[in-house]
Amino acid sequence: MGNRCAVIGVGQTHYTTKRGDVSIAGLVREAALRALADAGLSFKDIDAVVIGKAPDLFEGVMMPEAYLADALGAAGKPMMRVHTAGSVGGSTALVGASLIQGGVHERVLVVAFEKQSESNATWALSTHLPFNASLVVGAGGYFAPHIREYMRKSGAPGHIGTLVAVKDRLNALKNPYAHLKIPGIDQKMVESTPMLWEPIRYLETCPSSDGACAMVLASESAVTGTPAWVHGTAMRSEPIFRAGRDTVSPQAGKDCAADVYRQAGITDPRRQIDVAEVYVPFSWYEPMWLENLGFAAEGEGWKLTESGATALDGDIPWNASGGVLSSNPIGASGLIRFAEAALQVRGMAGEHQVEGARTALGHAYGGGAQFFAMWIVGRERL
Amino acid sequence: MPSDPLVAQHVLEFPGGYTRTTGPVIGRFLSELRARRIVGVRTAEGRVLVPPLEYDPATGEPVTGEYVEVGPAGTVTASAWVDEPLDGHPLDRPFAWALIELDGADTALVHAVDAGNPKALAPGARVWPVWSDRPTGHITDLAHFVPEVTRITSGVRVEYRLQAGGALRVFLEGIARGVFLGSRCDQCEKVYVPLRRSCPECGGAIQETREISDTGTITTFAINNLPDPRAPEVPFVSAYILLDGADIPMIALIGGVPAHEVRQGMRVRAVWVPESERTASMANIRWFAPTGEPDVELS
Repeated sequence: MGNRCAVIGVGQTHYTTKRGDVSIAGLVREAALRALADAGLSFKDIDAVVIGKAPDLFEGVMMPEAYLADALGAAGKPMMRVHTAGSVGGSTALVGASLIQGGVHERVLVVAFEKQSESNATWALSTHLPFNASLVVGAGGYFAPHIREYMRKSGAPGHIGTLVAVKDRLNALKNPYAHLKIPGIDQKMVESTPMLWEPIRYLETCPSSDGACAMVLASESAVTGTPAWVHGTAMRSEPIFRAGRDTVSPQAGKDCAADVYRQAGITDPRRQIDVAEVYVPFSWYEPMWLENLGFAAEGEGWKLTESGATALDGDIPWNASGGVLSSNPIGASGLIRFAEAALQVRGMAGEHQVEGARTALGHAYGGGAQFFAMWIVGRERL
Repeated sequence: MPSDPLVAQHVLEFPGGYTRTTGPVIGRFLSELRARRIVGVRTAEGRVLVPPLEYDPATGEPVTGEYVEVGPAGTVTASAWVDEPLDGHPLDRPFAWALIELDGADTALVHAVDAGNPKALAPGARVWPVWSDRPTGHITDLAHFVPEVTRITSGVRVEYRLQAGGALRVFLEGIARGVFLGSRCDQCEKVYVPLRRSCPECGGAIQETREISDTGTITTFAINNLPDPRAPEVPFVSAYILLDGADIPMIALIGGVPAHEVRQGMRVRAVWVPESERTASMANIRWFAPTGEPDVELS
């Protein structure tokens, strides 16, 4: 895995439907300056900047990294852009970490963002090419059939999705940065919302958010403040059009988890990981990823959700921050998972802190569940 | 309308209009306006009055004679919406009268704001002046104010010329004839439809082309409640269909059955548009409809 790497600063904007008061540059600076302040550093202490975001079609700014470089203090420094669809935030953190682990740099600023209010992601994800008659409408239209297949294969009862929708939104009430704040949310409220892409209801989907997240990563000798140590990093991808592909529990996700667990010395994720921030944009993806990530046996993930194990007071809290279901600036969503995992082991998650968290998983996926990025961070050096 | 002989119009208008002698302070203000600047005057206590007066209205003391350029932008402190403008109003469309505290001023100026709608002008809103084309030294040299620019529209547009080449061309020529063409990887023994010339599993070249049945099994599906121009109605079902003899499902619309009667494992057949309407496009398949055969048991 190379040299040790630590997260020494985390910065987030408040996530909201529309940040009408800042430009894209202003938005990313807000997160970056907060991350630098957390680390007690300034732009001059940074060696390189890695920027991530989802498709350029979301804001219609082609190669935004070219104009954001100056805004992030990257003048005269190495700067690069990462793009792996919805998993990009996670991949951005991992590219940044690899620059430290490889001994190339001492301190790297990683930033990811999305300003969804500048257009409409469903439009941008439904660019119907000539000759084709694809009927996939947005991300929900793509993922709904795979959720249905999970429900059939696992025999999960229909209310499991609503449990996750409620649990993550209750967690969001404890996170000052979360977008959706729905006091009094309960199963009945979720069930009363319309089916958008059956079996996905309105309140079982993520919101559209504006926001940015940033982290300062450092080598062991360049650590300032409170570090979260990186114990393992892994990325995997797989072709979306492959005969026999398991679209419910993709092989790339299993392989990515196996790799990151091996590096971190984890053989029993349910017991050894204290808190997980996992990319769950549709409520049913919690039980699906519980199985894909080895927290439960195949077909058993929904039982873990139903038992309350993944709640903030459960034995393996998932998405204590409220997760993607509560805040979704797409390009940043993966980085937020990674950053929240770091905040937990640094003991800096505030009201949604999982007491005594020493080991945390950050996870992101993207495309047609074909790109995966994960890291394990810990309170101690590995 | 019947006229009442005891009702008459009566207009009093001094020929040529009254004059107003401005005095030195208002005169300076209007002269500055003519030069497209807005000034206030400083009081003995240090406050800046806009528009300026010869005296401090709070104390009655003379002002200092120090003129201060303010604005040109300002902040709305209060406003009243005018739904139906009258003759003589500065705008001929709905607008707001607003108290505007120009930057650097300590008092608010009353002026019109072309805000579009009343919600755009909450207290605290920032506004900028629009100047008249030919300033004459009158308050109307400031034609009106408009909200600060906070968002622009960017007409980004890209235009591509897509050419179906290689495998896609062969596949679409098949579709034009009402046939699904697929291909089998020799290494992996998997049959792909639409046909491809390289295998996504092993990367090997695929030479073969074969016809695939237009019947298949629904493996899974979504019931879409969001309207889409390509679907005949809402809700519509988009389904993964594993064509008989293929190893990878394709996505298509399901028709001929109510959305909530569609099942995983249901047998379906492509419904082709009449030959006279066919083109080299997937639009040739109207949808897949149930064949009526028993459902397939899915693994």
